[in-house]
Amino acid sequence: MGTSFRKPVAPSEDKRWRLVDATMRRHGNQSQALIEVLHTVQESFGFLDADSLRYVATSLRVPLSQAFGVATFYHYFTMKPPGKHTCVVCTGTACYIKGAAKLLDDVEKKYGIKPGETTPDGNMSLVTARCLGACGLAPAVVLDGQVAGKMNAKDMVERLGRWGQ
Amino acid sequence: MTPEELGEITAQQEEGERQFKHRLHVCTAAGCLSSGSGKVKDALAKEIKDRGLEKTCKVKGVGCMGLCAQGPLVAVKPRNILYQNVTEADAAEIVSSLDNEPVARLECPTEMPFFRRQVKIVLENCGRIDPEDINDYIAAGGYEALVKALTEFSPGEVIEQVLRSGLRGRGGAGYPTGLKWGTVAKADAERKYVICNADEGDPGAFMDRSVLESDPHRVLEGMAVAAYAVDATQGYIYVRAEYPLAIKNLKTAIRQAEHLGLLGNNIFGTTHSFHVELRLGAGAFVCGEETALIASIEGRRGMPRPRPPFPAAEGLWGSPTLINNVETYANIPPIVRNGGDWFARIGTEKSKGTKVFALAGRVKNTGLIEVPMGITLREIIFEIGGGVPDGRDFKAVQTGGPSGGCIPAEFLDMPVDYESLRQLGSIMGSGGMIVMDDTSCMVDVAKFFMEFCMSESCGKCIPCRAGTYQMHDLLGRITAGKATKQDMAMLEELCDLVRNTSLCGLGQSAPNPVLSTLRYFRNEYAAHVEEKKCPAGVCQCKDGNGKEVAA
Repeated sequence: MGTSFRKPVAPSEDKRWRLVDATMRRHGNQSQALIEVLHTVQESFGFLDADSLRYVATSLRVPLSQAFGVATFYHYFTMKPPGKHTCVVCTGTACYIKGAAKLLDDVEKKYGIKPGETTPDGNMSLVTARCLGACGLAPAVVLDGQVAGKMNAKDMVERLGRWGQ
Repeated sequence: MTPEELGEITAQQEEGERQFKHRLHVCTAAGCLSSGSGKVKDALAKEIKDRGLEKTCKVKGVGCMGLCAQGPLVAVKPRNILYQNVTEADAAEIVSSLDNEPVARLECPTEMPFFRRQVKIVLENCGRIDPEDINDYIAAGGYEALVKALTEFSPGEVIEQVLRSGLRGRGGAGYPTGLKWGTVAKADAERKYVICNADEGDPGAFMDRSVLESDPHRVLEGMAVAAYAVDATQGYIYVRAEYPLAIKNLKTAIRQAEHLGLLGNNIFGTTHSFHVELRLGAGAFVCGEETALIASIEGRRGMPRPRPPFPAAEGLWGSPTLINNVETYANIPPIVRNGGDWFARIGTEKSKGTKVFALAGRVKNTGLIEVPMGITLREIIFEIGGGVPDGRDFKAVQTGGPSGGCIPAEFLDMPVDYESLRQLGSIMGSGGMIVMDDTSCMVDVAKFFMEFCMSESCGKCIPCRAGTYQMHDLLGRITAGKATKQDMAMLEELCDLVRNTSLCGLGQSAPNPVLSTLRYFRNEYAAHVEEKKCPAGVCQCKDGNGKEVAA
């Protein structure tokens, strides 16, 4: 090791690795940039996997265990590929007071998945958020990036139904 | 950049504004964006273009105007008309009415207490300036404080002003800001850092996000003044990755400020240099704790460490580090501009200035408000907030998020300041204020917050890791109607243990929601335990035979 360090080769030819490399370069390949780089990986690929973690860890010269530790510690990072559609239910206090738990319950029952899971056909991921800051519109959900406020269970199931099965 | 050039930008900007007979301000902060203000803005711009009014009318995206419940909001300047619940379809009517009577059906009464009772210092520019245009901020008196600090004051004099203002940390704990600055300034080290804590994790709180989205330069200016006072050259803003708009506006703001030389080397031709970088959080509530936040900036897992040494002595990479909250920094420019004594005249004896609250839950006017310290909870909820809707009865108000407590109706006349709230078993916190009516079960509320603390516990110390789990379990038994009196005793014992033996603020304050509901709503716990009933009809209690008991 030591002076013989050579930057590892990216896991694939995928052009998105260039984005990841750019982030690492911007931070001088320093170990402190780990979280920033993982953000770029997740932004580019949608999730983190063993290959990307190994590549980032080796490039920044941090132990793989530390990279894995960071990736699993923070809720924002996911190690599972997301579904085609994403449904985020806000479980912040204001939404809780206005019945977010019931919304979540209905979706869980209808699709048989828990928060953080994806339907077996890979069509929809169910995620919870701590607070979207849309407290004025509680209870709020985000359907494929579109915030929908003042939701009720009926509308919600109806809108999810449009994504098909 | 020289102070004179700053004046020129102001003059130019004002001249530019005067050219327009009508200026339409559309709120483009996250609250209104979620209700479709982006489309409204486009529709208005298109309407004006179609009618060839570009020379006399201007559409501008501005920050949060506060009344999020009635969004999207559009303000017509200089006539000062405010429209609420605007949709794309209303664009034509609004543009037609510019030279005539306002559109009555959309008008929002600006005379109501929601607007009248507020005192705006932190939010003075929110809803007035375009957050993506540094010139707009400069025209509103921006960066004047930085000029004044750098050219007229010594670092010691800046700290003196902050001390005199009586400003206390707005992140929740309320430590005097001037003292903190003084400690970092006195520390003898080659490198020092300034950090802005924008990891606003409390569910139901969105004050910092609104400030960052609506007026990002104010925070940068506050940080630059702080850096001058404590002799730091590098700053970091640790912001939640869940706030994409705040991140975007901050990035733009940093780029513009660097371009004009308001950040960077030798600001205003002085020897003071200051650089700011963004660091994105990744969804860990515990990273709001300062030592955990530092660990996260260093690229590690966000786990707190014992203090002392405090970050003021040993922080980021072992160097003395000043950490303040977004709202604290946002208070700095007006303090430097107007003097510490001016600030100290607002508020109560021990809590000076104003506080921004995110008012939400079962209240009519949900949104963002700024009120002077010492105002009563009743004034906030019933005058500014417009009271509880649907003819329901007020039950409790929750302040301070998962670290705070629930305050019942009998204490509604208590003034809002750090000491009074603490005395009531809650805390000021960062400023979330959730109103609950009689449809909320207080035991279930306690369980909700305990679930939050349990999943957000970083797992480093046992009292917090195992204690919150056990408490959540006990609360689950109570809400399911399976608990005994021994369970209640165990719960209270655990509260005491977790509070006194946890490593950081997360664990130490995790029992607060339980303790405060036990203190004021013990009868509800008793109903669950003894009668197996939920008075609010929220929990589904089961009796000994597994049958549901009607509420």
